[in-house]
Amino acid sequence: MINEIDQALLEKIAGLVGKPVDALNIRKDGGCEARQSTEHIKIDPRTDGREGIDIRILDGTKGEKCYIPVVIGKSGYAETVYNDFYIGENCDVEIVAGCGIHNSGCDEARHDGVHTFHVGKNSHVRYAEKHYGEGSGEGTNIMNPQTVVYLEEGASIQMETVQIRGIDSTKRYTKIVCGKGAEALITERLLTHGRQLAESDMEILLDGEDSKGRVISRSVAQDESRQVFRPIVVGNDKCFGHVQCDSIIMGSAKIESVPAITANSTEAQLIHEAAIGKIAGDQLLKLQTLGLTEEEAEDRILKGFLA
Amino acid sequence: MLELRHISYSVTEAGTEQAILRDISVTIPDGRLVVFTGPNGGGKTTLAKIIMGLATPTKGQILYNGQDITALSITERARLGISYGFQQPPRFKGITVRDLLTVASGDEALSKDKCCRYLTQVGLCANDYLDREVDASLSGGEVKRIEIATLLARGSELMIFDEPEAGIDLWSFARLTETFEDIHRTHSATMIVISHQERIIRLADEIIVVGGGELRYRGSAEEVLPKIMADTLGSCPVLTRREAELP
Repeated sequence: MINEIDQALLEKIAGLVGKPVDALNIRKDGGCEARQSTEHIKIDPRTDGREGIDIRILDGTKGEKCYIPVVIGKSGYAETVYNDFYIGENCDVEIVAGCGIHNSGCDEARHDGVHTFHVGKNSHVRYAEKHYGEGSGEGTNIMNPQTVVYLEEGASIQMETVQIRGIDSTKRYTKIVCGKGAEALITERLLTHGRQLAESDMEILLDGEDSKGRVISRSVAQDESRQVFRPIVVGNDKCFGHVQCDSIIMGSAKIESVPAITANSTEAQLIHEAAIGKIAGDQLLKLQTLGLTEEEAEDRILKGFLA
Repeated sequence: MLELRHISYSVTEAGTEQAILRDISVTIPDGRLVVFTGPNGGGKTTLAKIIMGLATPTKGQILYNGQDITALSITERARLGISYGFQQPPRFKGITVRDLLTVASGDEALSKDKCCRYLTQVGLCANDYLDREVDASLSGGEVKRIEIATLLARGSELMIFDEPEAGIDLWSFARLTETFEDIHRTHSATMIVISHQERIIRLADEIIVVGGGELRYRGSAEEVLPKIMADTLGSCPVLTRREAELP
């Protein structure tokens, strides 16, 4: 049963209001609250005994969306869910995942989502994943997402991950294998506060000729939170890779950023950039001269940085 | 009306107090265009910062429209109608030109037409710039012109510009001086412009020459320009002294 709290979480993590006509699977506390396949996008339970679903998107599917959000409302509930996506050739689709936890108890609530994408030739996928936690209890909210993507010739993925507040501990692993002419663009937005911990490991393997990989990571660490980033790009053929990590550090937070690039081909062109710093004083002053208070100026800067 | 009364500002470096400004008193009536000029390091920017609240005077008082604003914060002064264009404006990752103009105007629903008007006044085309981030991808001159546009969007009664011409190309500079002329002609704002440009100096109602932390002299362009020229000649005291010592 989807209650008001779940509705609010669904809107926050997947922009879901009411019931869309698109393909849909809503998972709540381990159960299936809603499932809907369409003519071109089929969602079925797994057949290997593991928790999760298989999503099959037919060749040539264009302009369609698929929502697969997860909500957890039970304190003390933990799960690992395996979702596999099989995307045909020449598709152009959008997949909206995301997990919201409302933990009002004192026990840990945990969701580990393991997503594997097989993207067929010349298909384009936009994949959005928002993580959000709330609740008045002392229980911790934990999410450990794993995303593995295989891009065939000419395929591309635009992956956006957002985690703004509420998740006490996250250990994220992302791996993308790019075939010939394939392209991966990952944008990561993260804000931790309190005593939260976030770790993000990423591996982009540029295996195919003329493949491209780009990582744009922006994060803010407030209070006593900690963040660790380890994005790695490996160029195994003529390819282009760019990793850009920018972090704003506040309070007594700690951030470690360890980007790495490895070239196994003389034709590989790889760049990495990483920067950590506090909000620049002149930025705060400028916005104050425009009538904002120091707190409003700080919020505005963070909002823009994480947009 | 802005009134500076006996403003002094000093900093302590390695235990020694160094005076940056010494007992400066100036009154600027509404609707005037006043240019602060003078040698580098003479104290012009510090004086302008003191008006905005970006620096706190060691001594003295600032009155704005009769209200003592000496102890007010930058935000409070901004809300009273004072704005400040930085000599080297900061850049913001993730904040677009439109965002900055929106914050400046205080109108969350600021229309594209209005943004376009402000940008045109500084020689920029809204279509090219509105959705661009004010980050390192913009040149120094572009950031500077956007900075000036934020002041136009803010529409304050007292606008302070710190070297608005710095880094701006000749064509944009001509457009900018027209904008200053328009504001001045309509008396829609009081302007304090820190500048070394003769063209801007000639627009001013009054020139205030600040040097060595003091108000050297003030007057119209006709009165002050010859004095500036005279000051420029033989300006190295060491050389002058050595020459005097020669037999």
